[in-house]
Amino acid sequence: MTSALLAILILVPIAGSIIVALRPAAQAKSVALLTTLLALIGAAVALVQFDWTRAEAYQGVGRIDWVPDLGLSLSVGVDSVALLLVALTALLGPICVAASFTAITHRVKTYYAWLLVLQGAMTGVFCARDLIVFYTCFEFTLIPMYILISLYGSTNRKKAATKFFLYTFTGSVLTLAGLIYLVWFNATQLPVGLFQGSGRWTFDMAALRDAGCRMSLSQQTWILAAMLAGFAVKIPLFPVHTWLPLAHTEAPTAGSVILAGVLLKLGTYGMYRFVLPYTPSAIVEYAPFLAFLCIMGIVYAGLICWVQDDIKKLVAYSSVSHLGFCILGLVALNGVGVSGSVLYMLNHGLSTGALFLLIGMMYERYHTRSMREIGGLAARMPIWATFMVFFAMASVGLPGLNGFVSEFMCLMGAFQASDALVEAGQPGATPGRLGPWYAAVAGTGMIIAAMYILIMVGKACFGPLREPHHHHHHDDPASLPADLSAREIGVLAPLAVLCLVLGLYPTPVLKALEAPVNDTVSWVHEQAPKARGATPTRVTWPSAPDADAEGR
Amino acid sequence: MVEKLAHLWPEIVLFVATCIVMVLGLSPKREVRRLCSPVCGLALVVAMMLAINLPGIGATPLPTLMPFAKAVIAGVGLLILLLLAGTVDREDEDAIAAGSRVFDPLRANRAEFYAFFLFSLTGAMLCASADDLIWLFLALELTSLPTYVMVVMSTRGTRSQEAGVKYFFLGAMGAAIFLYGFALLYGGTGSTNLRAIATALATQGATDGINPIALTGLVLSIIGVSFKIAAVPMHFYTADVYQGASSPVSAMLAFVPKTAGFISILLLVSLAGWSYGVIDGRETFGEGFDLPAPIRTALWIVAALTMTVGNVLAVVQTSVKRILAYSSIAHSGYMLVGVIAGPPRTIGAGFTENGVAAVLFYLLAYGVMNVGAFAAIAALDKKDAQGRTVDADEIDDIRGLCRSRPVLGWTMVICALSLLGLPPLLGFFGKFGLFAVGIYSGELPLVIIMGLNSAIAAFYYLRLAALPLLEEPRGTPPLITPFTARIVAGVLSAAGSIGLVAMAGPLMGASVRAAKSWQAMPHRDLSELDEPAESPPPPVQEE
Repeated sequence: MTSALLAILILVPIAGSIIVALRPAAQAKSVALLTTLLALIGAAVALVQFDWTRAEAYQGVGRIDWVPDLGLSLSVGVDSVALLLVALTALLGPICVAASFTAITHRVKTYYAWLLVLQGAMTGVFCARDLIVFYTCFEFTLIPMYILISLYGSTNRKKAATKFFLYTFTGSVLTLAGLIYLVWFNATQLPVGLFQGSGRWTFDMAALRDAGCRMSLSQQTWILAAMLAGFAVKIPLFPVHTWLPLAHTEAPTAGSVILAGVLLKLGTYGMYRFVLPYTPSAIVEYAPFLAFLCIMGIVYAGLICWVQDDIKKLVAYSSVSHLGFCILGLVALNGVGVSGSVLYMLNHGLSTGALFLLIGMMYERYHTRSMREIGGLAARMPIWATFMVFFAMASVGLPGLNGFVSEFMCLMGAFQASDALVEAGQPGATPGRLGPWYAAVAGTGMIIAAMYILIMVGKACFGPLREPHHHHHHDDPASLPADLSAREIGVLAPLAVLCLVLGLYPTPVLKALEAPVNDTVSWVHEQAPKARGATPTRVTWPSAPDADAEGR
Repeated sequence: MVEKLAHLWPEIVLFVATCIVMVLGLSPKREVRRLCSPVCGLALVVAMMLAINLPGIGATPLPTLMPFAKAVIAGVGLLILLLLAGTVDREDEDAIAAGSRVFDPLRANRAEFYAFFLFSLTGAMLCASADDLIWLFLALELTSLPTYVMVVMSTRGTRSQEAGVKYFFLGAMGAAIFLYGFALLYGGTGSTNLRAIATALATQGATDGINPIALTGLVLSIIGVSFKIAAVPMHFYTADVYQGASSPVSAMLAFVPKTAGFISILLLVSLAGWSYGVIDGRETFGEGFDLPAPIRTALWIVAALTMTVGNVLAVVQTSVKRILAYSSIAHSGYMLVGVIAGPPRTIGAGFTENGVAAVLFYLLAYGVMNVGAFAAIAALDKKDAQGRTVDADEIDDIRGLCRSRPVLGWTMVICALSLLGLPPLLGFFGKFGLFAVGIYSGELPLVIIMGLNSAIAAFYYLRLAALPLLEEPRGTPPLITPFTARIVAGVLSAAGSIGLVAMAGPLMGASVRAAKSWQAMPHRDLSELDEPAESPPPPVQEE
C-alpha cells in the first residue's frame, strides 16, 4: 500500500466537494455519490493491499516536510485499527449521500459539498501520523458538521449546532495545549542522543510516544486531563455528554449517521491512539475513575432512554450508553478489552448509524419522531419494521449480531482487569484496578438497553397502527412509497450484512486488531510503572540539554 | 548619523511621499487629486522593498527587528491603503464630478488624510528603530496623533467627532503616563539611551537590585503604552472609537498603533531583560527565568484580564465593529503571553521557543486577517433614511452575505474563522506559536486561560462566520461599494489567511531572525551567542 492511496482517500472527497460547488445543483447528488463511491473503492483497494500479517506496522507511510524548523510535516500512515476506521468512514460516505436524496431539498450544493469535506477531514484524522495534521483535521470536522446541523436540521437546529461547536471547540483547545506541552517536553526536557527526535521540536506521533512515558506521573496526569478535555467531550463521556442528544436530535439524518458513525469515534480513536500510549502511568492510575464515568454514562443514559418519547433522542442517548461500554473496554487495558473497544467503534458505527437512517426514513414519511403519535408501523411498512427490529437487536447486543461480540468483550476485559484476580491465580486475569464489580454494574446497562430498545421497537413497530393525521401532506408525496424504496433498502442492506457477518464471524477482524492492540497494551503495562515513584523531571532554565543527562 | 540614516530609508521614502501627497491632494484637477492613493501605494511598495533589504545591523539596540517590523508595517499598510479608498471627501467629490460644486481646497481633506496615514505608518516604523527614550516617545506620538485626526475626518457624522475627541483625550492621558514613566526611568538610570539604560539596569540588577524609581518608571511606561495596544486597563476607548470611525480607519486603528505599541513594549521590557528574575524569594541574574517580578506580574495580570475582558464583552455586542474592537483587545492579550515568554534561553532555538518571534508573527497574522473582517463591512454601501452613505455595522448587515454577495461573505467567513484560530488557517499558526512559547516558558496557567478564552471567542467569531454563511439574506441584497479597492483588500486578506499558511515556515523563520538581537542585549552574556550579533542576517522573506 502506498501513501498516495491514503492521500487519495483524503483528497478525493475534497476534490469532489469543489466539483459539487462548481457544477449546477442538479448534478450535486450524482457527483457526490460518484465521489464517495470512488473513495469506497479506494478504501477497498487499501484493505486488499494492506499487509495483514504485520497489522501493527504503519503502512502507506508518507511524509512531506512542511515547516521543518518546527518539525511539522504532512505525514500519513495507517495500522489496522486506523485502516478499519477509514474503511468505516468510506463505507458510510455513499450511504449518507444516498440517504439524503429525498430528505434534502434546499441548498443542495452546499449540503453535498460540506458532506464531502467532512468525509475528507474524518479520513484525515485516521490517516494522520503528525499531531498537527491530526489536530487540524480533528478541528476542521467541526465546521462542516456545524453547517450541516444548523442549515438542514429540525426546529432547534441553531442552538444544537452552536452547542455542539462550542463544547467540542472548548475541549479541543485545551487538548492542543496538552499536546504542545508534550511536544515541548520531548524537545527540551529529554537528553539528546538517547533516542531520535529529542532536542528538536517534532510532531511525529511515533517519536512522541517515547517522550510521553518519560514524564512524571503528575505531568502525565495533566496531559491526560488535557486530552480528556477534548476527547471526552467528543466521545462523549458522562458528564460532558449533554451536547450529543441535542445535536443528534436536530441534525439531518445523514448528519446523525456521520455523527454517530464516525465523529464520535474521533474521540475514542484519540483515546486509543494518544491517551493509552502517551500517558501510560496516568491511564493506569486513573482507569478506575474513567471506568466510573463510563458506568455512570451507561446506566444514567440508559435510564434516560427508558423514558424518551422521541425515538431519535432515545437512540442518541443510547449512543452515550454504548460509548460508555467502548471506553470501559479501553480502560480495562488488556487485550480483550481494548480489542473489544476498537471493534465496538466499528459496530456502533454500523448499527447506530443504521438506526438513525431508519428513523430518518420514518421521519421523511410522517414528520414526527414521537412515539405517542406513531405506532404499529409494521402494518404499514413491513420492510422498514424488519430492518428496525434487526438493527435494534444488533444495537442491544443480541448474540449472533455484531453488538454482542464487542459489548461482551468490553465487559470481559473490565471483569478480568483486576489485581485481586491475578493474585488469586485466575486464568486470563490481567493487572488492573477494575474487576468483577465494574463489569457487573456495567452489565446492568445491557439489561436497561434491552428494556428501552424493546419498548421502542414494541411501540414503533407493533401494536395497533397509529399514524399522525397530516402525514400525507408532506412536501413530495409522489417520491416516497409507503414502505421503503429500493434506494432505501440498498442503503440499509450493506450495513445489515456487515452487522450479521461481524456478529457471526468476527475472527478475521479480531485477528487483524490483535497485533496493534497487544502492542499498545504491552506498551502501557511496560511503561506504566516507570513514572510511578520516579522523581519528577526538573524544569530548569537555561539548560544545555546534555549537561544534566544523568538522573533520567 | 549616516549610519543611522541607513536604517531609515523606508521612513524617508514615506516622508517624501507624504510631502508629494500633500500637494497632489490640493490640485484643482480631479485626476491629479486621485493620484494620492497610488502615490501612497507606490511609496509603501518601495518602503517594503527597502525594509526587506535593510542591513539589520547597527547602533540601535535591536537591529534585526527593523527589517521584519518595517516590512510588515508597509505590507499590511498596503492592504489598509486599499481599504481606505473613498473614505474621505466622497460626497464632495461626487458633487464636484456632478458639477454642482467647485473644488474648494479649504474644504478638501484628501491630502491631509493620506498624508496622515503615511505619517502614522512612519511613526510605527520609527518605533522599531528607536535607540532613545525621546525617539521612542516621538515615534509613538507620530503614530498616534495622525490617527486622532483621521478618526474625525473619516465620516462627516458627529459620532466620528465624538470618537476622535474621546480617542484624543484618552490617548493624551496614555501618553502622559508613559512619558512620566520615561522620566522616572531616566531618573533611575541616568540616561535616555536605551542601551545605556539596559546596561544600568543590568548592573543594578546584579548588585543591589533594580532601582525602585527605574522599576516604577518601567511599569508606568508599559501601562501607558498599553493604551496603544488597547490592553486593560487602557482599553476603554476601543469600542467607541472603532464604532465611531469609519470601518477602514478602524481597521487601521486595529493594526498600526497596536504594532507600534507592541514594538515599544518589547523594547521597554527588554531594557530590564528576560534574564533577571526572582526565584524562591532569591534574586537571580542570568539563571533566572524571566522579567523582574513586578513587571512580570503586571504583564501577567494585564494579559489575563485583557483577553478575558475583550472576549467576554465581545460576546454581547451587536455591532460588527464593536465585536472586532473587543476582539482586537483580546488579541492583544494573547500577544502579551509572547511578551512574557520572551526570547529563547538557548542558542539556535526555533520559533516555538521564542516569545518575541511569536509576537512578531502574530502581529503579521493579525494584521492580515483583521483587514478582511473590516473589509467585508467596509465594502457594503449602506444608505440611511436620508440617502446618505453610512457604515454597514449592524450584525444584520452581514446576514446571508455569502448568498447575496459571495465574495464579501466568504471573506468574512474565512477571516472570522482565522481570527478564531481554526486550523488550518493563518490565525491558528499564530496562536499555536503563542501556546508553544507559553508552555516553553512555564506559563501553564496563562496558557490555559488563553485556551479558555479562545473558546469564549468561538461564540462571537462563530456568529460572524455563521451569519453570512448560513442565514438567508433579508430584503434587498446590500449594495456594494463603488470602490473596488476595498473588495480587493478583503480578498487579498482572505487569500493571505489561507495562502500564507503555505509560507508559514519562511515567515516564522523571518520572525525568529527578527527576534535575534534580543539575545545581544547587555544583560545577556554575549559569549553565549554562537555567532556575533553583527553578522548580517539572511534576507527576510517578503510577507
